[in-house]
Amino acid sequence: MSILINKNTRVITQGITGKTGQFHTEKCQEYANGKACFVAGVNPKKAGESIFDIPIYASVKDAAAQTGATVSVIYVPPPGAAAAIWEAVEADLDLVICITEGIPVRDMLELRNRMKKKVAAGGKETLLLGPNCPGLITPDEIKIGIMPGHIHRKGRIGVVSRSGTLTYEAVAQLTEIGLGQSTAVGIGGDPINGLKHIDVMRLFNDDPDTDAVIMIGEIGGPDEAEAAVWCKDHMHKPIVGFIAGVTAPAGKRMGHAGALISGGADTADAKLAIMEECGFTVTRNPSEMAKLLKGLL
Amino acid sequence: MKIHEYQGKELLKKFGVVVPRGVFCNTVDDAVKAAASLGGKVWVVKAQIHAGGRGKGGGVKVAKSPEEVRSYASQILGMQLVTHQTGPEGQKVRRLLIEEGADIKKEYYVAALTDRATQKVAMMASSEGGMDIEEVAHSTPEKILKVFIDPAEGLTDAQASELASGIGVPAASLPQAVAALKGLYACYMETDASLAEINPLILEGGVDGKPGNIKALDAKFNFDANALYRHPEIVAYRDLDEEDADEIEASKFDLAYIALDGNIGCLVNGAGLAMATMDTIKLFGAEPANFLDVGGGATTEKVTEAFKIMLRNPKVKGILVNIFGGIMKCDTIANGVIAAVRETHLSVPLVVRMKGTNEELGKKILKDSGLPIITADTMAEAATKIVAAVK
Repeated sequence: MSILINKNTRVITQGITGKTGQFHTEKCQEYANGKACFVAGVNPKKAGESIFDIPIYASVKDAAAQTGATVSVIYVPPPGAAAAIWEAVEADLDLVICITEGIPVRDMLELRNRMKKKVAAGGKETLLLGPNCPGLITPDEIKIGIMPGHIHRKGRIGVVSRSGTLTYEAVAQLTEIGLGQSTAVGIGGDPINGLKHIDVMRLFNDDPDTDAVIMIGEIGGPDEAEAAVWCKDHMHKPIVGFIAGVTAPAGKRMGHAGALISGGADTADAKLAIMEECGFTVTRNPSEMAKLLKGLL
Repeated sequence: MKIHEYQGKELLKKFGVVVPRGVFCNTVDDAVKAAASLGGKVWVVKAQIHAGGRGKGGGVKVAKSPEEVRSYASQILGMQLVTHQTGPEGQKVRRLLIEEGADIKKEYYVAALTDRATQKVAMMASSEGGMDIEEVAHSTPEKILKVFIDPAEGLTDAQASELASGIGVPAASLPQAVAALKGLYACYMETDASLAEINPLILEGGVDGKPGNIKALDAKFNFDANALYRHPEIVAYRDLDEEDADEIEASKFDLAYIALDGNIGCLVNGAGLAMATMDTIKLFGAEPANFLDVGGGATTEKVTEAFKIMLRNPKVKGILVNIFGGIMKCDTIANGVIAAVRETHLSVPLVVRMKGTNEELGKKILKDSGLPIITADTMAEAATKIVAAVK
């Protein structure tokens, strides 16, 4: 098993006709069960056409009704990306993965409040992964996003991280020492996003096929600390934790919009300390994440 | 993106927040003329730089005569103003704001920012205006009031009144304070700001039995870089003199670069991996000279520019390249690194760690180049080698 996605997941691609969408859709199709998983694209101007043998529909609602897909992945450029997410939410999908980088924070703020109101009013909850994330992968089954498929290996370790390349780093270390992954999830580097560390840790905790987790964070924001406190009381699987940015200066945005030290509780040192207090095996050496985890099994 | 105080006040004024009358000046003569045109007997001469803490650094002076305006303006204009936010070298003052004096009875603090935990806009207010708000938050957190705002509803009258009366604004001046808070919120949202802070917001003494006015005596803004495409009016406020020249140069090539204090330059793909690389360098006994994320699509041109920007920093005694090849292939990076080494006539030690797609091919290309490039398999090994090489 795995979390969130598996070989039976059926996926709609929003922004499939753009350059980025085309490039990554082809790679996702090539990976494992991808040919069967990627069943629909959306572009109102190109409805009725197809690309890589994937039929294009006018709307997410149409695509979901015609194909039974429950998940969408979004490559739509920043100005239209929040509206694209909302379209998927209105179509009552289970999960939306937004790869797009550079969405205005206000758009995400308005969208997240609208999403929460829909649920509060009794509407169906659609989970959001991202934006500004690499996506997620269940090795040997399905890859949704921009990560390199070949570094992964099927197994029983969960990986969750804000940073894309740091996720790949952890995955490659695991694969190298013979530990496969159940699911690897990139939650993205934006300040206002969907699934957070705590949400993904909950899912890994409940997944019978995940034995342990590598949780990777960054400077900025309260998310890692919140997840750590939850894990202390609920998580019954070993966790290795790493936080990037011990050397990052306060007040400077380190690439990601969300990687900015603002208070004092959101420095790497403060987060590492909380994680350690909450029972994580933390490291300040990102080269030994997998090795440490192996020692915990 | 940050802007100057005088620009922030222009924005606030558009949204109905009362600010002192003031004139923006580039020269001492203009400053004296500005004081004459404003009239009155007291003027404030304020250095315009993007960093905070200007008053303590000597960049804000109260003048009680035109002569004093001239004398303070000539002192401040051109000075290297050092504050806790500028670093020890300070920031050169190129612009001044001359304002009418204010009759300050009480100083408050108000700010708007986006709260990540609740995913709402937080409006904060405190009775302890004029102070370093982080200090207030640390020592007397109960003196900072907060309300959280659903962007679909906006800041309600009830929320604004709760804040204003909570920080002790006298009843007679409450309507003005509510208007100021609502103006600040509207300005924050409409301009896609990521921080809007008024410190201090003041209560003036009442004249002829009228209630005292509420005015914004300072204005600090930061804007969401992702939203600048829809705000040409904010982009027009950009002052390149206040920004780091190397960071501007880097941004032209779509490179995220930040200069730091150490001596090992690092070139990495991905922000998280870049920070992790910097941390590893520190862990093995040295300090990084910069943060540099080449992003997902590193071409030979981008890698070469990245090398040039890193090498402009005279402190750099060695370079560590750490690339995780996903979509980007290691052989492409290897060729880019070789071209960059040749074009920059690199004379400091270089360690390259490449992982991922076409890793072996990339390593072979580096080896066959005959250049003195040190290779490594892990981040820890790369850091150990570069630290040893610069010692």
